[in-house]
Amino acid sequence: MKLFWHRFKRNKLAVIGGIMVLTLFVIAALAPVIAPYDPKVIDRNQILEPPSSKHFLGTDDLGRDVLSRMIYGSKISLAVGFVAIGLATIIGIIVGALSGYYGGWVDRGIMRFIDIMLSIPTFFLILAVIAFIDPNFWYSILPRWLSFMLEKIIMDPNILNIMIVIGLTSWMGVARLVRAEFLSLKEREFVLAARALGASDLQIIFRHILMNSMSPVYVSAVLGIAGAILVESALSFLGLGVQPPTPSWGNILALGKANIEIAWWLSVFPGLAILITVLVYNLVGEGLRDAIDPRLWGGR
Amino acid sequence: MLTYLIKRLLEMIPTLFGITLISFFIIQLAPGKPTDVMSEMNPKITPEARERLEKLYHLDKPIIVQYGLWLKRVVKLDFGESFSSDRRPVIQKIWDTKQPLIDRCLFITFLINILSMFLIFLIAIPIGISSATHPYSIFDKVATTSVFIGFAIPGFWLALLLMMLFGIYLDWLPISGFKSIYYDSLTFTGKILDRTQHLILPLFISSFGGLAGISRYMRSGMLEVIRQDFITTARAKGLSEKKVIYKHAFRNALLPIITLIGLSVPGLVGGSVIFEQVFGIPGMGQLFYKSVMSRDYPLVMAILTLGGGLTLIGNLIADIGYMIADPRIRAK
Repeated sequence: MKLFWHRFKRNKLAVIGGIMVLTLFVIAALAPVIAPYDPKVIDRNQILEPPSSKHFLGTDDLGRDVLSRMIYGSKISLAVGFVAIGLATIIGIIVGALSGYYGGWVDRGIMRFIDIMLSIPTFFLILAVIAFIDPNFWYSILPRWLSFMLEKIIMDPNILNIMIVIGLTSWMGVARLVRAEFLSLKEREFVLAARALGASDLQIIFRHILMNSMSPVYVSAVLGIAGAILVESALSFLGLGVQPPTPSWGNILALGKANIEIAWWLSVFPGLAILITVLVYNLVGEGLRDAIDPRLWGGR
Repeated sequence: MLTYLIKRLLEMIPTLFGITLISFFIIQLAPGKPTDVMSEMNPKITPEARERLEKLYHLDKPIIVQYGLWLKRVVKLDFGESFSSDRRPVIQKIWDTKQPLIDRCLFITFLINILSMFLIFLIAIPIGISSATHPYSIFDKVATTSVFIGFAIPGFWLALLLMMLFGIYLDWLPISGFKSIYYDSLTFTGKILDRTQHLILPLFISSFGGLAGISRYMRSGMLEVIRQDFITTARAKGLSEKKVIYKHAFRNALLPIITLIGLSVPGLVGGSVIFEQVFGIPGMGQLFYKSVMSRDYPLVMAILTLGGGLTLIGNLIADIGYMIADPRIRAK
């Protein structure tokens, strides 16, 4: 662990990336304090104003302040990335562990299912599910206390829907990673030793093997968050993600497209925010990877 | 080799079956019955007419039976009729035989994807090779940095920026559609020129993401190969550097890239929704977007199934390419 930190710290870009990611979280958390305007307040006298000292990044077609909307939008992008990939990672770990540990028909069945999931164009799948599912569906199948909690935290059922759907369609890579780790670790001495000492399957899977195979999972999770943020913004851009008046970088960009001939600021700034966020997550992910195993440098 | 191919083809069947199963059951997620959508469009519909419709689409039967009946037709490439107001067969919407080839949805998407794959390889492979043969040179640093940024750029944002630059400020290229309004009055060369102009931006956007990925893989693959003993041997026996790189190293570094093409097909096809929507290109992506928005169930199921099928074919082609490039597999 010490060695890991040492290697990570030597990678300046990754450290800068890490600081930027933390900064983004601070901005999102302090949104009500730092945003100069209320992001939902409509001002008919300030429609499509270009950037000025009053509105640093201009206003949109309803006179709302773009900077404030972007600050509030960062909350959604970060939350969607985090929750969606958290879910995907949990599913991936469980499925991959079962597949790698038990082998045989369990493994064959799971691998076949992953092949099927991977051959349907991912974005088609996400689009279809998001459009067809009733956004309140998840609240209705989750245990009452959990859905109550989620409703309090996330409020908008649409956003929960996006998180879950992205999560359910992006666990396959993690599952394959974990499976490969399990295949190579399950025959090792320490696993035999644990079994000889009478450890149950569950204990061996979660306490012994999994703890030794988490490093690539962390890397893929950090890189996955970047991917999920891109997917969320694309969905909102297409009008299927976060719905106005709730601001998100994607739906501001959709306004940018609608007003492309007159309002460049609506297109330029939110995209820049997405680019920077994805970039810094990627920097951290690559830094982690290099720190965990310098030999893996290069491929993705 | 032939037995391997046959084995691969047979393996595709259960996967394809799984794809149809998933496409069918996604539709079941939707609240209400598909006939609700049709009756919304026609509020005067009587309960009797509705029942007749449900019978017609077998909606009165259990889901498993519905799936079986649907599958039976799909095998014959009959995806039923679209729910949209024109009630045309789904297959006609995807592959409209009344239109010239270039205006058929599936063909447009196919054309753009094939061309962009071609572009990706034409540009990314030389970049990757030069980066690897001159590591840490200025060229390599510029290439590596741009690749890194390229990974993070949202394609639809870049599309908007390019539309602004080339379509509005410079006014060089059309910003939307796949042909001009006056297309029919053009001469043959004029028509080709018109299509090309409409293709430039979408093609660039659809190949952009792949460019970054492939050139990066090519670089790391090449670096790996160059370090190996057989390259040292090739150099030691006095072969020119060009021969060493392009004959000995290149072929070995190319192998993982070929697998990558197969893997990138679903991403490319899925991405077509975004750029076709941005540029207003009437391909499969836009058709899918429209069908999803209007809850045109038969069309959605058809496109999901076809998309999955195309991906499988892409994988198979990649496998064949792999065999051609790698004599070790051919021998088995």
